[in-house]
Amino acid sequence: MIAELGHFALTLALMLALAQAIAPLIGAARGEARLMAVARPAALGQLIFLLIAFAALTYSFVVSDFSLSVVATNSHTAKPMLYKIAGVWGNHEGSLLLWVVILALFGAAVALFGGNLPQALQARVLSVQAMIAVGFLLFTLLTSNPFARLIPPPLEGNGLNPLLQDPGLAFHPPFLYLGYVGFSMAFSFAVAALIEGRVDAAWARWVRPWTLAAWCFLTIGIAMGSWWAYYELGWGGWWFWDPVENASFMPWLAGTALLHSAIVVERRDALKSWTILLAILTFSLSLLGTFIVRSGVLTSVHAFATDPARGVYILAFLCLVVGGSLMLYAVRAPVMKGGGLFAPISREAALVLNNWLLATACATVLLGTLYPLFVDAISGGETKLTVGPPYYNATFAPLMIPLLLLMPLGPLMAWKRGDLPGVLARLRFAFGLAVMGTLAAWYVMRGGPVLAAFGIGLGVWMIGGALTDGAERVKLFRASARISWERAKGVPRASWGAMMAHGGMGIVVLGITASTAWTTEKITLMRPGESVTVGAYTYRFDGAEQAPGPNYMALRGHFEVTRNGEHFVSLSPESRTYPTPPMDTTEAAIYPTLAGDLFAVIGDPLGENQWSTRLYFRPLQAWIWAGVILMALGGAISLSDRRHRVGAPRRAAPVSSPPISIAGQVAISP
Amino acid sequence: MTWRSLIPLGLFIVLCIALFVGLGLNPRLIPSALIGQQAPTADLPPLPGKEPGLIAADLAKGQVTLVNVWASWCGPCRAEHPQLMQLAQMGGVRMIGINHKDTEANALKFLAGLGDPYHAVGVDQMGRVSIEWGVYGIPETFIVDGAGRIVLKHVGPMYPEDLTGKILPAIQRAKQ
Repeated sequence: MIAELGHFALTLALMLALAQAIAPLIGAARGEARLMAVARPAALGQLIFLLIAFAALTYSFVVSDFSLSVVATNSHTAKPMLYKIAGVWGNHEGSLLLWVVILALFGAAVALFGGNLPQALQARVLSVQAMIAVGFLLFTLLTSNPFARLIPPPLEGNGLNPLLQDPGLAFHPPFLYLGYVGFSMAFSFAVAALIEGRVDAAWARWVRPWTLAAWCFLTIGIAMGSWWAYYELGWGGWWFWDPVENASFMPWLAGTALLHSAIVVERRDALKSWTILLAILTFSLSLLGTFIVRSGVLTSVHAFATDPARGVYILAFLCLVVGGSLMLYAVRAPVMKGGGLFAPISREAALVLNNWLLATACATVLLGTLYPLFVDAISGGETKLTVGPPYYNATFAPLMIPLLLLMPLGPLMAWKRGDLPGVLARLRFAFGLAVMGTLAAWYVMRGGPVLAAFGIGLGVWMIGGALTDGAERVKLFRASARISWERAKGVPRASWGAMMAHGGMGIVVLGITASTAWTTEKITLMRPGESVTVGAYTYRFDGAEQAPGPNYMALRGHFEVTRNGEHFVSLSPESRTYPTPPMDTTEAAIYPTLAGDLFAVIGDPLGENQWSTRLYFRPLQAWIWAGVILMALGGAISLSDRRHRVGAPRRAAPVSSPPISIAGQVAISP
Repeated sequence: MTWRSLIPLGLFIVLCIALFVGLGLNPRLIPSALIGQQAPTADLPPLPGKEPGLIAADLAKGQVTLVNVWASWCGPCRAEHPQLMQLAQMGGVRMIGINHKDTEANALKFLAGLGDPYHAVGVDQMGRVSIEWGVYGIPETFIVDGAGRIVLKHVGPMYPEDLTGKILPAIQRAKQ
């Protein structure tokens, strides 16, 4: 009964989405306020019905209603409650439902908080948003109904894939989807702007907060997935250039470019059609990611159980949405001529360069991800190949290095015409730090890869650049402390956010460099009482015992770690065996320190009283996550900037092209 | 409308065509041009203790042979190792390993730790011979019949269902 209610609510949400897609669009075209007014209540109603459907599915998982096909295939009565709830989105049907719920959440947010938008723009944005919803709701109902019944119901479920039975499942997908789906806002705004034929500073100012919010969520979502892989797979790796990882990374790269180019539209009324294109591409890449994961065209560790009918449907939908919007772009974009002129050395030019490098990097990842597919398709299934880390090291890294090298310069550059020697002079402190960092890394690690020492220097340079930016803004050391403090309070939060995000990226670079270049690992067989030295730490193996879990049996090993003969920490990694479905997982024991992660994995017993063990020391590993958190936090602080919230977005009077940008001219130059 | 503004749409159409063709293909299915052909003739020196290595001429002396390409640094090789051990215990097939781009010490440690299913192991330090066998990525497993012809190629780790559903039947067929 509950499931049928959920199914019914899902159908009603589809009907509302249809109304929301059609009526406001016609209303906006004819200027009929009554038709446009359909958008807001429809968006809210859609959210309510989808929440009901989601609650119904969650309830079915919680009470283990195995008459539902999804519950029977993915749940089990012995599973802990957290995974019964998280299991709702641990499968294709449920995760799709989560996708549409989040889509509706964003639609409702525009309906509720978009009061300062012109009615026609709001109506169009909500209409485009509803078109996407119609596509996904139809997909859910036609090919992946989560409420499909099973007759007769089995007595026990198949259980959830043990790799997914982890707190990571509770948070990673929702954050990722908040990011993916959040970019639909930028898309809807872009399509609405193309329909209106108008892009101006006010438009950019409305789009930026949504993009920024989506970017923060996606940043956290990707980092969580990476962290999860790091401790769950037990290989010490945290990024594998797997097609599905790439699927989430491409929208992130495009979204990062979009964040930056939208600034230029807002401030200088330039780069308009490029920004629109980026907004379309960012969401298109999110959709492409959905297609890759759910259609089975590429092999990946993440792939859901696949079904060709689903693949054809998503592809058709992808063609309609992306093809339609790109067609619209082709027709309307040439109309949108930018206004602001700028010199080759200027903030605008720096942001253009940022966009080129990010877009090219994104294209490289896209090519690497789809290349096996292209080759397969062209050769008619005769030639198979895989693209691995060597490709990305050779193509992606060379694009990232100049981007990161130039990153500290951008924020110090003036709009319109910059002063390159002046900027470089102000960065001499950061440059000195970077040189010292390189030499220190070289000295401490006693040689090693030259590139790694350079990587440390790069990270320090980026952090130094962010600090310089902050110090310049508050005139640190050049004015009295009181004046600096007064100035600090006056610096817009968006600028503080940017500094944090840029500095955070520097910390990530340090972490990536150190953990990639200087990880020490020992893979050995150990008997109780034996010791192994990994880096500066000595691991003594104190044996292993069987330990039962709620729905698995674990082999738990014990390591006593000492440093310079003194007790440092005890580590207890586990190797778990799940009966339903039958599978083994490793639970690495990780002790993160500022200097690096101590990482221990226990394998199967081999021979008598002997176990295979893997012990790692990964320098600065935790800095990667810390840097990412700082980046997302920077985004959140920027989001709280009052310029993103109140007053400013007031549109210029509807004159013919080019629109005058009021907001852009009033904005205070930093 | 200008030509330049049509570029994104054009690229997207190409992408869609490739994706559509891709839907009809199975990315896990890898064909081999070597099926039914004579196994490559190159010999490999042995891993210490695993003599005589890979002697190509021995493959055509009437015995069915399983050739497994592996390395100690390869994660999926660990995943398939229990199946190889099981097969070795069952007997009935000669098992030869090709140790691919590995160091001697690590390879021996791997076998000492996880068990040694091989009758002989040839060392392919440079990966040259693996190329002749048409290896895309490791692990890969070949079944060679008594006349030295390759009758089966299995790409990727050999899971228990592959062992029972694919490898064992192929060995049976090769023996007839």
